[in-house]
Amino acid sequence: MPDEELRIGVFVCECGRNIAGTVDVETVRRYAESLPGVVTSQVNRYTCSDPGQAQIRKAIAEHKLNRVVIAACSPSLHQPTFRACLRQAGLNQYLLEMANIREQVAWVHMREPDAATYKAQETVKMAVARARYLRPEQEMEVPVTKAALVIGGGIAGIQAALDLADAGHKVYLVEKEPSIGGKMAMLDKTFPTMDCSI
Amino acid sequence: MMDAGRHPNIELMTYTEIENITGYVGNFHVTVRRKARFVDESECTACGDCVPVCPVIRPNEFEMGLSTRRAIYIPFPQAVPAAYLINIDECLGDVPIACGKCLEACDKKCIDFDMKDRIERFEVGAIIVATGLDVFDPTGLDEYGYTRYPNVITSLEFERLISAGGPTEGHFIRPSDRKQPKRIGFIQCVGSRTEISPDGPNPDGSRGHPYCSNICCMNTVKDSLLLKDHYPDTEITVFYMDIRAFGKGFEDLYRSSKEKGVRYVRGLPGKIREDPTTHNLLVTVENTTAGRLETHELDMVVLSVGFVPPEDGHIKKLLTLSNTSDGFLLEAHPKLRPVDAPAKGVFFAGCVESPKDIKDSVTQASAAAARAQRLLNKDRVSVEAITAWVDHDLCTACGICVKVCPYGAITADPKQKIKAVVTEASCAGCGACAAECPQDAIVMRNFTDLQIMAQVEAALAENPEEKTLVFACNWCSYAGADLAGVSRLQYPANTRVVRTMCSGRVDEDFVWRAFELGAAMVLVSGCHFGDCHYMTANHHTQKRVDKMWDRMERWGIRPERLQLEWISAAEGQKFARVMREIEEMRRQVTREEIEETKAIIAKRWRKRRK
Repeated sequence: MPDEELRIGVFVCECGRNIAGTVDVETVRRYAESLPGVVTSQVNRYTCSDPGQAQIRKAIAEHKLNRVVIAACSPSLHQPTFRACLRQAGLNQYLLEMANIREQVAWVHMREPDAATYKAQETVKMAVARARYLRPEQEMEVPVTKAALVIGGGIAGIQAALDLADAGHKVYLVEKEPSIGGKMAMLDKTFPTMDCSI
Repeated sequence: MMDAGRHPNIELMTYTEIENITGYVGNFHVTVRRKARFVDESECTACGDCVPVCPVIRPNEFEMGLSTRRAIYIPFPQAVPAAYLINIDECLGDVPIACGKCLEACDKKCIDFDMKDRIERFEVGAIIVATGLDVFDPTGLDEYGYTRYPNVITSLEFERLISAGGPTEGHFIRPSDRKQPKRIGFIQCVGSRTEISPDGPNPDGSRGHPYCSNICCMNTVKDSLLLKDHYPDTEITVFYMDIRAFGKGFEDLYRSSKEKGVRYVRGLPGKIREDPTTHNLLVTVENTTAGRLETHELDMVVLSVGFVPPEDGHIKKLLTLSNTSDGFLLEAHPKLRPVDAPAKGVFFAGCVESPKDIKDSVTQASAAAARAQRLLNKDRVSVEAITAWVDHDLCTACGICVKVCPYGAITADPKQKIKAVVTEASCAGCGACAAECPQDAIVMRNFTDLQIMAQVEAALAENPEEKTLVFACNWCSYAGADLAGVSRLQYPANTRVVRTMCSGRVDEDFVWRAFELGAAMVLVSGCHFGDCHYMTANHHTQKRVDKMWDRMERWGIRPERLQLEWISAAEGQKFARVMREIEEMRRQVTREEIEETKAIIAKRWRKRRK
């Protein structure tokens, strides 16, 4: 168990009707409130919106939250958004956990609202359980080599290489054939301008 | 092309293959093989004196085999670099008795038969993949007779025949009698928008692919205008199912083609026959607008062939890239990050991502360059803190983690009893080491045993016998589950998903704990082999699950209750189907069986743990 007292905030997103159309978010919110370590549980209409994020930052300050659970969409979509929100509130971004109740609950159990609500509750429970053990993590910073590799010397590779080179970066343009030009070089004229390809 | 060849910031490496790429965002180590051209690229002036003396004649690939080249050649007159090369497999060699004639003919003495492939290494911060496309080969569509009838050609062969720089210097003639054809037909969607099914007539895609190749409609419109320009009295018929003229200026071009008398017939021909004496072609088609069967006699037919994804498994594997179901590369997000690869620091440009025309390729290339610059303009970049560290109080220096790490990021010496150390910068965060460590001495930051076990326990605290616990890897299976959601595919609601970065992270302990808590079914899911975001980490998943199945058999637990599936990010359908299939299996699991399993696990697994 972590040393400090756990103060978890849960934020349940309606995502308009996307989630709230299937999942009874108020039931989920109330359920989350009952979970150990949860000090506040709130519903947002759109958690990712500015007002939604402001509500989270406010709650972090008000309730001295040290873990944040957001029950909304897939982390692949808005985890970066909410990590930034935590950073702004002065909290380490690794103290965030997302419960995916949209792509993996509301949208896949649309004809079973009760079962979907139950699954959403349990998904939040799993996220809160995990959040209890989250720790602040420091990201490692690595230097960036100021050069780019472009694989393929067709029209796309040539254009990308030129843009990067014009911006002052060193570019290695690698082409497996003996000449660059790719398929485009074989074309006579090109649409819609009917001009020459080479 | 010329600009790229002479730009001071571009190091152009043609006739070069990627041997290896290692490293991570901001710090990639690239190894290339610069194949020997046998002609000094910097000295060659492309005078061409070597060509007439070369006795080896081969089909010219650039001209689609419509003309010939020698064993010493330049791919095409405007090639960059403007230098000759020798195809050494075709060349007779430099021994005077065999040949060596080009050596004498070259005044600049830039031919060198001792030239060897050179391996070069360099470092880059970002990579743009622009490996392009292949063109569909219509040989599999036997009804069009591409390999049998000389006057059936592909749209790419058409390009060479109408090009002033091509084998006929732009005089458009047909192959059978070298006369100018008067009646020309174009057949659209050759190799595109075709059904593929495992049991149907096109299981391997040799008859085409389901997607639209994007450019063929406009390419034919353009070709019809070129013909009308050069030979206004040519009769042109285009056989199509839909004309997709959706881009800027495209509709004008299509209209102008129709105004110039090009006939558009809605319907794809079922068959082409040839008159053996005239080599004219008889095209039978159902004109679906007129509702009648028509036969058109034509002098020449152009097959408007589509795109196929390039065969470049090597680069895909090196950069851990995946495909969408059509074979083109999968982007990080189809709308919000369309030119980013899921792997950080890698970007896509051009047709390798999807079929597109020149304008879109150029646009995407500029976007990819801008995305790469966003990275290159920084001095430092942060990498996610999902890395492993070793608790030396627990580590016994057994060395198992060293063997399973796909990145060689861990060092340890079992003989000298030197405990394991992780090089953080090389660790990509798959967690295979943490799953394999017999001492549980490895901690995966942000995916610790404690964190994952807490999820497992929370998921199975209530009614575990009614549930399926799913371990899904972040990059493929979890994304596949998301896609099922985006596609609104419905499946049973008794699934509980635990996300790990890689299926290789799924520790035996997680699975046994799930069964001990009474789970009816457990699914471990990850990327297909070759698609794993962590190179070969999912091979360890397979091995581990095999081992667990053996144990279950020995212990008297039905192995079917632990399932293993490879589900890609593009396989939302498969995720939903697997969930439905597993639910069928779950219904067969009785409460008695679950109680029995709990007792077995308590005895066997708990004993092993001690």
